[in-house]
Amino acid sequence: MKHTISVLVENHAGVLARVAGLFARRGFNIDSLAVGVTDDENVSRMTIVADGSAYTLEQIEKQLNKLIDVIKVKTLSQESMVSRELVLIKVSCTPKQRPEIISIVELSHGKISDICANSITIEISDSQQQLNNFEELLRPYGIKEIVRTGTIAMQKGEATVRI
Amino acid sequence: MARMTVAKAMTECLKAEGITTVFGYPGAAICPFYDELNNTEIRHVLVRHEVNGGHAASGYARITGKPAVAIATSGPGALNLITAIATAYMDSVPMVVITGQVNSDQLGRDVFQEADITGSAEPFVKHSYLLKRPEDTAEIFKRAFYIAGTGRRGPVLIDIPVDVQTAEIDFEYPESVDIRSYRPSTMGNGLSVKRAVNAILAAEKPLILAGGGLFTGGAVGLMRELAERTDIPVVSTMMGLGAVSTDSPLYYGMIGMHGCKSANMAINTCDTLILLGARVGDRSIAEMKKRENLQVVHIDIDPAEIGKNIGVNVPIVGDLTLVLGQLLDQLTDKLDHSEWRRKLDEYRVEKPVKAAAEGFVNPKLFIKTLDKYLPTHSVVVADVGSNQMWTAANITINDGRFLTSGGMGTMGYAIPAALGAKAADPSAEVVAVCGDGSFQMQMMELATALQHDIAIKVIVMRNNYLGMVRELQEKAYGSRRVAVSLDGSPSYTKIAEAYGIETVLCDSEDMIDGAIERMISSDKPFLIEVAVEEFEKTIL
Repeated sequence: MKHTISVLVENHAGVLARVAGLFARRGFNIDSLAVGVTDDENVSRMTIVADGSAYTLEQIEKQLNKLIDVIKVKTLSQESMVSRELVLIKVSCTPKQRPEIISIVELSHGKISDICANSITIEISDSQQQLNNFEELLRPYGIKEIVRTGTIAMQKGEATVRI
Repeated sequence: MARMTVAKAMTECLKAEGITTVFGYPGAAICPFYDELNNTEIRHVLVRHEVNGGHAASGYARITGKPAVAIATSGPGALNLITAIATAYMDSVPMVVITGQVNSDQLGRDVFQEADITGSAEPFVKHSYLLKRPEDTAEIFKRAFYIAGTGRRGPVLIDIPVDVQTAEIDFEYPESVDIRSYRPSTMGNGLSVKRAVNAILAAEKPLILAGGGLFTGGAVGLMRELAERTDIPVVSTMMGLGAVSTDSPLYYGMIGMHGCKSANMAINTCDTLILLGARVGDRSIAEMKKRENLQVVHIDIDPAEIGKNIGVNVPIVGDLTLVLGQLLDQLTDKLDHSEWRRKLDEYRVEKPVKAAAEGFVNPKLFIKTLDKYLPTHSVVVADVGSNQMWTAANITINDGRFLTSGGMGTMGYAIPAALGAKAADPSAEVVAVCGDGSFQMQMMELATALQHDIAIKVIVMRNNYLGMVRELQEKAYGSRRVAVSLDGSPSYTKIAEAYGIETVLCDSEDMIDGAIERMISSDKPFLIEVAVEEFEKTIL
């Protein structure tokens, strides 16, 4: 089962290595990990999507909490979070195919970020599931390259994960 | 605020933390610090291998209960310490490890004696620092000692580039420390404590499993009080050996793969199991069968240990001293579990000690005899292997201590840890028990004992085999003995003589008393080589 974990950490050198090392040596599987600074420049947020049983999730939370540089750990429930991932996709595209692809991008609320003679680069942000669907729509045209940021997530409503 | 070099500030930090003895091995990258250490009253014990500096600090810390200090230079010096760091980490021993590092502007360039020690030691430290900004010295030392010595204890590493050590700073040691991401829990949750009390009162066959956390948490006295008041029988892990006096009628022995029958029967027939500061590692619960109706109360300072190896009904995270106080406040009446204990008493079996063949000594008889001569306030340090099990099973620990490398099973632990223990408590008789395999991993430390006048007593059980591995090969690998013979080994009494250490060879059972009497009456380091039959078993 997939779990989305929001982790606030001290914004020091070496923190990412400690977190990544913990996952590696304890055999926890990471699907994605996105890091960025928060509104407090001394604090970074990691959003980790991990795969595992309830036992594994409990151990992930507890072991993360043991790291001195980890300030807060919160697993977000699927129903009560907004999750997004940004993807850049470069697709083969002849001038003739352009209108077709552009309409797919528009319908999916994506954006054309670059265009050249025989390819087109699209950016789109959505939930992982929607992005997978979008990718399938473009596959027949020939995907040249994909870059995904990994999921970031936030709780719905008033709830926050802050210090 | 005073102006000084970081090297001097480091010694000021140690003084402020009450450090009077450190263990280490110098090298180029830590020389500025050593140069300043010389101007202090701090005693530096020069070990003969960095790993032993780490083990000695571990032995010291386990006796004082406070973080002890080990020092090494950069690169190989620091890397040699890793096994000791990991050994301390597994057994929750508070340590602050200081390593020199190459110049900060050369970091990452693979210069002479450079190793990424904070990176390599990361899986085995509670926390680590690479001290890059000289002005952070005081804060980092304060934090390191605080982190090492609170919560679940453990080693903290401070790596300091040599140019940082010579930099000048304005120094003032902080009085307090506050780390927002580190607030070790202390009191137990009231509701959980209440549930634990109810579970204890409802139990017909309750059992306390005492772990090493009782020693690190300073909660041995409270645990004994709880056991006596509630009349609950106690078994222990190897790390918890001696938490309740091993000759107490409430004590039923050590559990696990190498445990005794009464302890393993107790753990398999109790209806309520109270785990105190025990992480119940795989070797401890190897003999424990899964049962659905067993109530488990687990009290530990590390939430990550609760529910990790064993299912738990009542989890309590907290400092054992405080939580046991909470329990004692609510368990005021004396309980009676004599019926349950009488049943357990039936499983107490005194195994007869067979006489050894001519020219040899039964190691169990030797330990039992040693036990008779040792003052109660003694420290016995067992190494790893058959010697460890012979010692654990036959030694009495009352108000003394039994030390060993429990979690990591690090061979070569006993002599350096004994040096540390003796340095911490010179009034205690400190005995290191080794096998001939492990002795050869640490015998260089005899020189340390002599040089620094640390009068440890060393027992070498010589059977010319790596006995425990050989037994495993006999059981599980069709008796194919591979790489377990120690042919080519020296005479250990001659080794002792070469160092100038008093020694005696004990190769017949009527010599045991005399040898031990001589050893105990000596106020200098002493070594007894015990001739053990080649195929002596660990268990029987």
